Amino acid sequence: MTATTLAKEASSPPVASAARTRRTRRRGRIVALLFVLPALLLLGALVVYPVLFSVGRSFFDASGTRFVGGGNYAEMFRDPATLKAIRNTAIWVVVAPALLTGLGLILAVLVEKVRWATAFKLLLFMPMAVSFLAAGIIFRLAYDEDPNKGVLNAAVVSVHDTFEGTSSYPTARARQGEGLVQGRDGSYTTGDGVSPGASVTLPMVGVLPKDLPGSAAPAYAAAGRKPAPDELRGVVYLDFTPGGGGRLGKVDRRESGLPGMKVEAVRDGRTVASTTTASDGSFRFTKLASGTYTVKLPAANFAPPYQGVSWLGPALVTPAIIGAYLWIWTGFAMVLIGAGLSTLPRDALEAARMDGANEWQIFRRITVPLLAPVLTVVFVTLVINVMKVFDLVYIIAPGPVQEDATVLATQMWLVSFGGGNNQGLGSALGVLLLVLVIPAMVFNVRRFRRSQR
Amino acid sequence: MMRRRTTLLTGCTALALALGATACGGGPVSAGGGDKALSGQTVTVAGVWSGSEQKNFQKVLDAFTEKTGAKTQFVSTGDNVSTVVGSKIEGGNAPDVVMVPQVGVLQQFAKKGWLKPLSATTQQSVDADYAPVWKKYGSVDGTLYGLYFKAAHKSTVWYSPDALTQAGVKAPKTYDEMLKAGHTVSDSGLAAFAVAGQDGWTLTDWFENVYLSQAGPEKYDALAAHQLKWTDPSVVKALTTLGKLFKDKQLIAGGQKEALNTDFPGSVEKVFGPKPEAGMVYEGDFVAGVAHDQFGKSIGKDANFFPFPAVDGGTAPVVSGGDAAVVLKDGKNAKAGMKLLEYLATPEAAAVWAKAGGFLSPNKKLDLASYGDDVTRATAKSLVGAGDSVRFDMSDQAPAAFGGTKGTGEWKLLQDFLRDPSNPKATAAALEAAAAKAYQG
Repeated sequence: MTATTLAKEASSPPVASAARTRRTRRRGRIVALLFVLPALLLLGALVVYPVLFSVGRSFFDASGTRFVGGGNYAEMFRDPATLKAIRNTAIWVVVAPALLTGLGLILAVLVEKVRWATAFKLLLFMPMAVSFLAAGIIFRLAYDEDPNKGVLNAAVVSVHDTFEGTSSYPTARARQGEGLVQGRDGSYTTGDGVSPGASVTLPMVGVLPKDLPGSAAPAYAAAGRKPAPDELRGVVYLDFTPGGGGRLGKVDRRESGLPGMKVEAVRDGRTVASTTTASDGSFRFTKLASGTYTVKLPAANFAPPYQGVSWLGPALVTPAIIGAYLWIWTGFAMVLIGAGLSTLPRDALEAARMDGANEWQIFRRITVPLLAPVLTVVFVTLVINVMKVFDLVYIIAPGPVQEDATVLATQMWLVSFGGGNNQGLGSALGVLLLVLVIPAMVFNVRRFRRSQR
Repeated sequence: MMRRRTTLLTGCTALALALGATACGGGPVSAGGGDKALSGQTVTVAGVWSGSEQKNFQKVLDAFTEKTGAKTQFVSTGDNVSTVVGSKIEGGNAPDVVMVPQVGVLQQFAKKGWLKPLSATTQQSVDADYAPVWKKYGSVDGTLYGLYFKAAHKSTVWYSPDALTQAGVKAPKTYDEMLKAGHTVSDSGLAAFAVAGQDGWTLTDWFENVYLSQAGPEKYDALAAHQLKWTDPSVVKALTTLGKLFKDKQLIAGGQKEALNTDFPGSVEKVFGPKPEAGMVYEGDFVAGVAHDQFGKSIGKDANFFPFPAVDGGTAPVVSGGDAAVVLKDGKNAKAGMKLLEYLATPEAAAVWAKAGGFLSPNKKLDLASYGDDVTRATAKSLVGAGDSVRFDMSDQAPAAFGGTKGTGEWKLLQDFLRDPSNPKATAAALEAAAAKAYQG
């Protein structure tokens, strides 16, 4: 402002003024350059030089002395780990920003209508204050496969168990080679047929003495009892003498019965009778017609406990990490979109309402189109952000699945410093990452320019 | 308001001062007694140790001070010794003595010409009191640079005596007996082994023990130097042997899937924690430390070990590791440093740390009575008794990209093998491909 007024005042003598204007302009340019210089120097030293250096370095081998041309780039696309990293980065870029922008939009619109909007926004924004490292450690725990450690699996397992129930002897299995045959479904049957008037012993192993029900009693006496002619008797027992020394397949004195075990008598493939063992592991089927039966311990006795979902297994690890990322960034998207929302012209919304549009129509036809510039900014910013995601992937993915979760940034670090010690190849990966980020950057800069005009 | 801010500021300053003071702590220790031949000199020692290990090593240094009058200063480098020492040498502030934790690093230092060959006195002690294998691992191209002061024993299978008594089995002598005992333990209701599959290095240790015993030390050395290819039938055979254990759901706590989800402390917890799920866990002598410190087990009573059993009629393996003391050329008091090494080579120095615990010495002359407890004594006896058949951890000798990186190389491939042990040949081929790439770089 001051410069222009000065120029106007000095415009009276025409010849001298032209020279003076030129001088002021030149001086202005020098001053401007002086002001820009520190920034330029810093940018040059911290951004331009490293970028150029990396590009140069990517043409050399691991030791940095031998020129290999495009060798690193060829190697990069031959290495399955890098290909996986490219694939995962693509998944991240496609899924995470879209989900985040959508979630942010929905939450922003909804939050506008609740009473405690600020408190709610604060709550959602809070994860932004948590560092990626801490968030990674939190989610590593939350996703833990052991239901006693991971809160997610604890929830899944408790829901599952309410509906399905658990089996009484999940660890038990039959003593091998002592007459019991395992069926395809996990049940056990006596290999040879038995007839009424006989007694069978069904030896099981793999149950800790402390896991036995409190009522369990030694099976020795029951095993010796004589059956009536129309009766099929037997005992299901733990064929293991604590401290060793028991005979295999025989009921020794100190060996315990397994109470509460379901037992079925099967004839010609049909279950004709079923019962549950008593506290000494004994069972009996009475009034059986003569013939040949097999005794079956159904699989329900041995169903292994439900272990929940393996969140950090090779298949789910990337979606799981994206979930953690959502937790951190949703607040950011919501607040930005919320700010855009509050600047929307109210009259347009009011007018639509007066014309009888319902809320859904208003949302789709008015709110979203008017918000489009903000949504694009959020989306593009997130795309750039997602490209460089590193800490979450590095921390959450356990060693065995690290390669299944790897993205370009982690791969770059691993190859150059995390053991590979090949900074040539690492630089090539860095250049690839740069090339991928540039379009988003250009787009963002263009948008800035346009909105400033 | 103003007052409060002042107190806060004072508090901050005090805290900063306190932190500064701790950071500068561990300074020169003054002398007392002894012949004081080196008084006035300060020997700087760098090493990875921190916490209780550093405290115990300081006791050894103090004893040296008492004897010679030289002051000592210990600098903890953190995990990455080679980077720290490299930058210190470049900065003109090289320590006199470095405790090097890996053979690979020792070779790297020697090749860069940073090391002084050991003095004649130390050489004599090494020749007389150590098995030749320790001299070999301390030498590069025939010159002795490193003195192994502290060793680790990585061929110990730890078990809970309760669980084994309950199952009525005794410590096995062969691999097959171990699997059989494992089945009996499993019949008793407890899984046999806790395997820490989430940490790749425990799997490489499993493999190395099987391989060393089955294929013998010559092939082990050749494979460690990658003169033998990983596709060699002996590797496939060792993997098959190991696969017998890995694929057996009864032998591994929770099956392969849970093993892959168990880290090393977790595997110790599965055996020695409050809710035991398994009877045995294989890893080095440091298992005792975890079982004692984290789970309050008394070693010898609630936790014991048997040596890793022999495989297929071979001799029982002893896989080891250790910290070697080396003297840097660029140190200001390299001569006094050399005197420190002469002292470290004596059984007298080893006895100081042995008494404090958490330490094994490869020195044959060290009286086994110096060790504080029976279990450590037994580990030390097994280590010294193995004499020349001791071999260093193979994965520690390999380039880090192959033998020491989470998520790649041998760690990752053995984890894949644990997940699906059905094709040892394919695993061997994959290992060879990864090794070829890492050794060439």
